Amino acid sequence: MAPTPVKFYQTGSFAAGNRLLAEDLRSVQSDPARTNSLNCGHRACQGCGEALGARYALDAAMRAAGRQLIAVNATGCLEVFSTPYPETSWQIAWIHSLFGNAPAVATGIAAAMRAKGRTDVRVVGQGGDGGTVDIGFACLSGMFERNDDVLFICYDNEAYMNTGVQRSGATPPAARTATTPAVGPEPGNVFGQGKNAPLIAMAHQIPYVATATVAGLRDLEYKVRRAMDFRGARYLHVLVPCPLGWGSASGDTIKIARLAEQTGLFPVFEAEHGEVTAVSLIRRQAPVEDYLRLQSRYAHLFKSEAGTQTIARLQAIADRNIARFGLLREEESAS
Amino acid sequence: MSDKPFAITLDVGSSLANKTGSWRTERPVYLDLMPPCNHACPAGENIQQWLYHAEDGGSADQGGRPPGPPAYEQAWRQIMADNPLPAIMGRVCYRPCETACNRGQLDSAVGINSVERFLGDQAISAGWTMPAPAAASGQRVLVVGAGPSGLSAAYHLTQLGHQVTIMDSGPQPGGMMRYGIPAYRLPRDVLAAEIDRILAMGVELKAGHAVTDIRAEMRDGRFDAAFLAVGAQIGKRAYIPAGDSARILDAVTFLHQAGDGEPPQLGRRVVVYGGGNTAMDAARTARRLGASDAVVVYRRTRAQMPAHDIEVEEATEEGVRMEWLSTIARADAGALTIEKMKLDETGFPQPTGEFETLAADSVVLALGQQASLSLLDGVPGVEIADGTVKVGPDLMTGYPGIFAGGDMVPAERTVTVAIGHGKKAARHIDAWLRNSAWPPPEQHQLADFDGLNTWYYSDAPATVRPQLEVARRISTFDEVTGGLDESNALYEARRCLSCGNCFECDNCYGVCPDNAVIKLGPGHRYAVDLDYCKGCGICASECPCGAIEMQPEQI
Repeated sequence: MAPTPVKFYQTGSFAAGNRLLAEDLRSVQSDPARTNSLNCGHRACQGCGEALGARYALDAAMRAAGRQLIAVNATGCLEVFSTPYPETSWQIAWIHSLFGNAPAVATGIAAAMRAKGRTDVRVVGQGGDGGTVDIGFACLSGMFERNDDVLFICYDNEAYMNTGVQRSGATPPAARTATTPAVGPEPGNVFGQGKNAPLIAMAHQIPYVATATVAGLRDLEYKVRRAMDFRGARYLHVLVPCPLGWGSASGDTIKIARLAEQTGLFPVFEAEHGEVTAVSLIRRQAPVEDYLRLQSRYAHLFKSEAGTQTIARLQAIADRNIARFGLLREEESAS
Repeated sequence: MSDKPFAITLDVGSSLANKTGSWRTERPVYLDLMPPCNHACPAGENIQQWLYHAEDGGSADQGGRPPGPPAYEQAWRQIMADNPLPAIMGRVCYRPCETACNRGQLDSAVGINSVERFLGDQAISAGWTMPAPAAASGQRVLVVGAGPSGLSAAYHLTQLGHQVTIMDSGPQPGGMMRYGIPAYRLPRDVLAAEIDRILAMGVELKAGHAVTDIRAEMRDGRFDAAFLAVGAQIGKRAYIPAGDSARILDAVTFLHQAGDGEPPQLGRRVVVYGGGNTAMDAARTARRLGASDAVVVYRRTRAQMPAHDIEVEEATEEGVRMEWLSTIARADAGALTIEKMKLDETGFPQPTGEFETLAADSVVLALGQQASLSLLDGVPGVEIADGTVKVGPDLMTGYPGIFAGGDMVPAERTVTVAIGHGKKAARHIDAWLRNSAWPPPEQHQLADFDGLNTWYYSDAPATVRPQLEVARRISTFDEVTGGLDESNALYEARRCLSCGNCFECDNCYGVCPDNAVIKLGPGHRYAVDLDYCKGCGICASECPCGAIEMQPEQI
């Protein structure tokens, strides 16, 4: 992880841009000529993290690929809200086939481009956590295994939001969804299930795996750019809060993503060929309560003694991530 | 038959046809709030705006800025719009702006004062001058007193086109800045440079000319209005039973003589009586004049002392000793009798009946100052209460056309307040001369810390200004506190959070999930595309400086 080195410019590298920064040091999103890959008029909910994350990632990919880019989309919110027939919000080459086959379609396009000698055209596959972690997982694993020249981006909003907030393999423990209601002795999603897709991707020893959130714009753009430096299979897992499914205020989308990172619940890192090479250090550590309290999918945790214990278990998960990835500075973790 | 491909019945359309703005119940609105620094400044400087200019640095490269003078000069001119003495302010102001600064709640306040000094010094070394006013009004205004208030009024009145004459009883202009503030805090060349710049605009100065009857002076000089700023130059005395050979003098006279280069003989052991800034100045000056013991005797405690912290700290560093909860009961040659005090429930000091002896060759009384108001004797309508002149909100006395400000009116007695009075009086005098009233500008809502999203600001602790070593401080009148250089002045300016006012960080433009924020280009900020804004509020929550507010739609 190497955010753009900047001199001290008031907001440094945290804001999208800065009038004092040289043009080439500003983020892609601060550029008035950015692609706007996903254009206005799309039907995502107010404050949609996925719409934001997709534009961040694809605009950065368009710049990195010199605008020679084809995007493949799995079924899911992103596909549905952007392309109600016959409208489209996409201002890039874009194709949708099925829920589970996006990595395979991307593989096919990459093969076609290679056959045509168009190695300048880069291929991005994308989908939500349902299409990636669950339904498309076999195709994804195959794409990794063959090391096909595709960057696959998962916009993780931690459930099947499009169909009405059902649990996915990426839903965190204790979260309430339509299929894991907040009832019974262990309300919400169970502990100890689900998949950590970035770590599984790393286990395939593919050239590049990274995580990011919509709260870290420059980090996300850097990782897309970095991924484009590699040929072969690459995987980017982006946390995108969902105001509808998470029960959060639409204006809090970025704040919640930031808290996911600052609590340690969502470790942000990058890995090459199966080894972690860099982590984003926690800058302002926060307890998990700060993150949970903003989301009604965790509201049941604040109503009982059992809930308090569950919060402690979630805090333990965050603490384990912090220790495992080394998310705190040396002196802070020592104390 | 359709000419469309198999299974296609509609033309491809763009989602731009879908005006998602109709979903909105709240809309983002860009605000311009009152930054706490501007709000706190007694001289009414637009601090945030001049820091904004200074952030661009001193290079001639205009970057994305609109054409105009280089950034530092632009910043300096922004200060000059309100305060004609930036280099002086950057040294002697007590920085209410920094006390109010929201960054103080984040790490430490922006060093506004140090940047102001840097800009003021740049102006002096580069010789930046103020243009003469375009149109002369033909009206004449008399300013009595060439202290900060009088100079400020003269400057602003000249800018407004009036012909100004300043009369001052002292041999040189500056008032308390020359005769009250020691040179180690305000070097005399800096003072002279800033005063000369005002005089060069065409202000006439009659130094050594005491005004004894204001109405006669106005009549003889055919002045249309007058601004009185004679200050409070008389040291208050207190009755101290004293032996014949006890040496007692007042701090104002002492500092005045020291300022003239003819300090009185004080002896080795000097006691200063009082707890204000003047007491600190007197004690520190005594140290520099060779006193081995300089002791401040104050009847209350440190917490109640009116002197500013920095003054007390610097005095202590220089070896000035403090005797809290003490009054001088008697003064004799070589020794004082001190009575110890204790605070009662109301915080008022009460005598304890315990006495101590303190060796002292002389006593300097720093018990406050009074204004000499004899020039107003017999002027009808002028009210004097508690030794100060009563003025209205427009700073006019009860006599039409005579205004007053600075230490002679009821207010906090600081250079900055005095400069503010000068500006305010100039505006009201100008309006009065035109038979109108000056409408005070609309006050914007205050930008508080809670409105900021401080995540976006880089962690950047304040720059510490270099200080002269103590050994040199107590033996010379060299300036104690140094200035910033180009690089750290720029750094310090860029620490400004721009509370409540857009500084074009592009965050709203970046974070909108609906591309509904339009970037209007450098200097023009942003607009909201209400056709597509869904009113989610992310831009408002992620605006670093709290300059966006969600306002309900009228439905």
